Amino acid sequence: MHVGLEHYLTVSFLLFALGLLGVIMRRNLLVIYMSLELMLNAANLALVSFSRFNDKLDGQVLVFFIITVAAAEVAVGLALIVALYRKRQSAHVEDLTTMKL
Amino acid sequence: MEAINNLLGGSTVPDVLFYVFAALTLLCGVLVVANPFSRNPVTSAMFLVLTIISMAGLFVLLHAFFLAAVQIIVYAGAVIVLFLFVIMLLDLKEEQRRKINLFGAVTGLISVGAILTISLKALGSMPTGTDSPAPTLEGGTAALGKLLFTQYVLPFEVVSILLLVAMVGVILLSKKDLK
Amino acid sequence: MKYEILPWLILFLPLAAAGCITLFTLRYRTVSALLSIGAIVTGFVLSVIFINANGWQPSTGESIANWLTIGGLQVDFGLKLDALSLMMLLVVTGVGGAIHIYSFGYMHDDRGFSRYFACLSLFTFSMLGIVLANNFIQLFISWELVGVSSYLLIGHWFERPSAGDAAKKAFITNRLGDFGFLLGILMVWGILGSLNFSVLQGLLLQNSSALGTMATIAGLLVFCGAVGKSAQFPLHVWLPDAMEGPTPVSALIHAATMVAAGVYMLCRIFFVLNPEALHVIAYIGGFTALLAALIAVQQDDIKRIIAYSTLSQLGYMVMAVGLSGQTAAMFHLTTHAFFKALLFLSAGSVIMALHHEQNIWKMGDLRKKMPITFWTFLLGALALSGVWPLSGFFSKDSILAQALEQHNYLLFADGVFVAGLTTFYIFRLFFVVFFGKEKSEIASHAHESPAVMTWPLIVLAVFSVIGGVIGIQGIYHRLFVGEAEQAIGFGQMLFEPFAQAPLTASLGILAVIIGFFAAFTLYAKADQDPLPAKLGGLATAMKNRFYFDELYEATVIRLHDFIAAVMDWIDRWLVEGLGIGLVRGGTDLTGRALRLVQTGNLQTYAFLFVLGVAVVMWLVLK
Repeated sequence: MHVGLEHYLTVSFLLFALGLLGVIMRRNLLVIYMSLELMLNAANLALVSFSRFNDKLDGQVLVFFIITVAAAEVAVGLALIVALYRKRQSAHVEDLTTMKL
Repeated sequence: MEAINNLLGGSTVPDVLFYVFAALTLLCGVLVVANPFSRNPVTSAMFLVLTIISMAGLFVLLHAFFLAAVQIIVYAGAVIVLFLFVIMLLDLKEEQRRKINLFGAVTGLISVGAILTISLKALGSMPTGTDSPAPTLEGGTAALGKLLFTQYVLPFEVVSILLLVAMVGVILLSKKDLK
Repeated sequence: MKYEILPWLILFLPLAAAGCITLFTLRYRTVSALLSIGAIVTGFVLSVIFINANGWQPSTGESIANWLTIGGLQVDFGLKLDALSLMMLLVVTGVGGAIHIYSFGYMHDDRGFSRYFACLSLFTFSMLGIVLANNFIQLFISWELVGVSSYLLIGHWFERPSAGDAAKKAFITNRLGDFGFLLGILMVWGILGSLNFSVLQGLLLQNSSALGTMATIAGLLVFCGAVGKSAQFPLHVWLPDAMEGPTPVSALIHAATMVAAGVYMLCRIFFVLNPEALHVIAYIGGFTALLAALIAVQQDDIKRIIAYSTLSQLGYMVMAVGLSGQTAAMFHLTTHAFFKALLFLSAGSVIMALHHEQNIWKMGDLRKKMPITFWTFLLGALALSGVWPLSGFFSKDSILAQALEQHNYLLFADGVFVAGLTTFYIFRLFFVVFFGKEKSEIASHAHESPAVMTWPLIVLAVFSVIGGVIGIQGIYHRLFVGEAEQAIGFGQMLFEPFAQAPLTASLGILAVIIGFFAAFTLYAKADQDPLPAKLGGLATAMKNRFYFDELYEATVIRLHDFIAAVMDWIDRWLVEGLGIGLVRGGTDLTGRALRLVQTGNLQTYAFLFVLGVAVVMWLVLK
């Protein structure tokens, strides 16, 4: 069967859903963060497929930027997690509820 | 070549490859999130690497060669490595609490279900059979670079500053005493 | 009309004085007093000039700017200037002036000296407002202002709780009357369509049944105002308690002017009253006269005796109005102003001399020690009793003659009997205070009051004596009856009553003589009151004011307290409990419910976030 845009988009959506599941279901901070990266990748896939099927390169440029920003974000986020771990001695999301009313 | 084509019954090699890589991506994605065998975050990180690589394959199929390379170099090579460093640094144990997080599972399934139904329904209403046009974008890297340095030069510069800022932030955040 | 500006000046000078004192000179006692006294004395002088220039019947009311126009109602601010208002102008400014000067001496040691004079000036302004008003609205406004001034002045020594209570009682009882008054005014306006006196008089002269079936009710409602202000039965309870105020206040407000405002008003709006209403008015007046006189017989406080005397004389005046004798009523009002003010001021002189002792059984033998007070009081007492040839005789006689003329023998007998009682109680007072032995230590140290207090006494005494024969009656007669009496010589005027109505005059004199001798025998040398022994229960009832206050306390006040309690319950449980409680509880519940969303758990937030996104996506992609 000829592979068209909708196939790629389906994959993208499914990957996004997987990432979302991870964010909501897992309780380890780092695994949550990794699922977040998964969601970002799903977006990247969608962008690239659109770029390909519209015959424009703008989607790829955007993916380029997304990857860069994702890298920076990971660095900062992990630094935060490390600092948090130092304070609370736990990377478990259920221990981090000081914002509770 | 003809033989392989006949074997595949009308689909071309790229199509088959697509299915292979797509399946791989999704499988590894599942294993990142819900690994029934091990709850060790290192396992999740490993499967994330595999997911990234499969995605790079998909990028290649989409003729985004430069991005495939960048994906592997930056994502698999730097980001996941960073993750692993931190996991090792924190020396996390396996999650000792209840194995199955009921509340999380329920909410997760609900939200995922909602998003998926809406997305796939929207997708279903799309006209099918959009063919990929003739590849006029060969030599995509050069063209990509040109586009990057002319039309998108401002975001480019801003992103470089962003990286600088991120670096400074990380250094500050990881100090033990902020004196 | 010449000097049209003068009445406006006379009216507003006291207000300006009151304003000045309140705003600027409260600390400077003498300045405040001079401002106030100056305002009213100037008013008197200007009144004299005005009357001199224009006679007693100048062209009437001048209107200033149209003040209010609401729908069909047009209210102007204007002054009515006829014999009635001009005479009252002289009485208010003249007697008021004398009392202002007297106050300068009487209130000399008082802490609220300036405040007192400010309130006095405010009162003068309000009283002049009543007297000069040419329409009901202006009258009513000044009416209420007079009530306020009275409240302020009765409660002048507000540190005393009894003074505060008396002030409130006066004001509230007044308000009850004013409520009826307002209803009456509204009724008149509703039926006849105007509030201006001249217009109304014209309408009612043309068509005497213009008020239709509501005529009696309208008249009686308007009379309610007089019942409140002039302390007729059943709203008479506030006047004796009003004696808590300083004596000059009692003299000015509760003898000479404010209480007379009710009678003045009745004469002013006489055309509104139909025969049935007049009938009721006459009987109420007569009854009040009798009731008050009986109570006065057994009172021991010098000021209360004179207060009840005022009540009684007001009853006379109201009775006269009810008998269609406006001339007689106004004549008596004028002479009463003279001798009642005189009596109060002399009583004040005695009280001052005895360091604020007011019980007559602690006085005695002041005849030699306070000669001026003694003689002026005697003249006042004689005038009050109606002894010929003093002013009171002529005025009281004209009222009795009016009763006879209307063939109302019951009220005539009532009037004669009360005349006798009047003589009895005032001479009881006279003998106990000025004759006999000194009944207490303080009495032996009494001495005459300073000149600033005795001169007003003398002036008022002179007027009490000659007031009957200087032509006051003639002025009123010309206004009310419309014909000029033929000019008669002085000598003839003295004997006029005997010539016109010999029966009345003789019966009056006879009542006086009987009363005088009864008082003389019982009290000339008494150390304590011999009446309770003779009359027993009746005397006790008289002394206790026939228990009216207690009756009101048990009925009206109880009812009022009950209603207040019910209202309190409604306010507390329904308005506050349900109304506010619902809002408060609702907000509280909503807050608590919303609080449950903030779990602090990251994944909950993520979940909700995703749900929101799903909703938005659905809406967009629908």
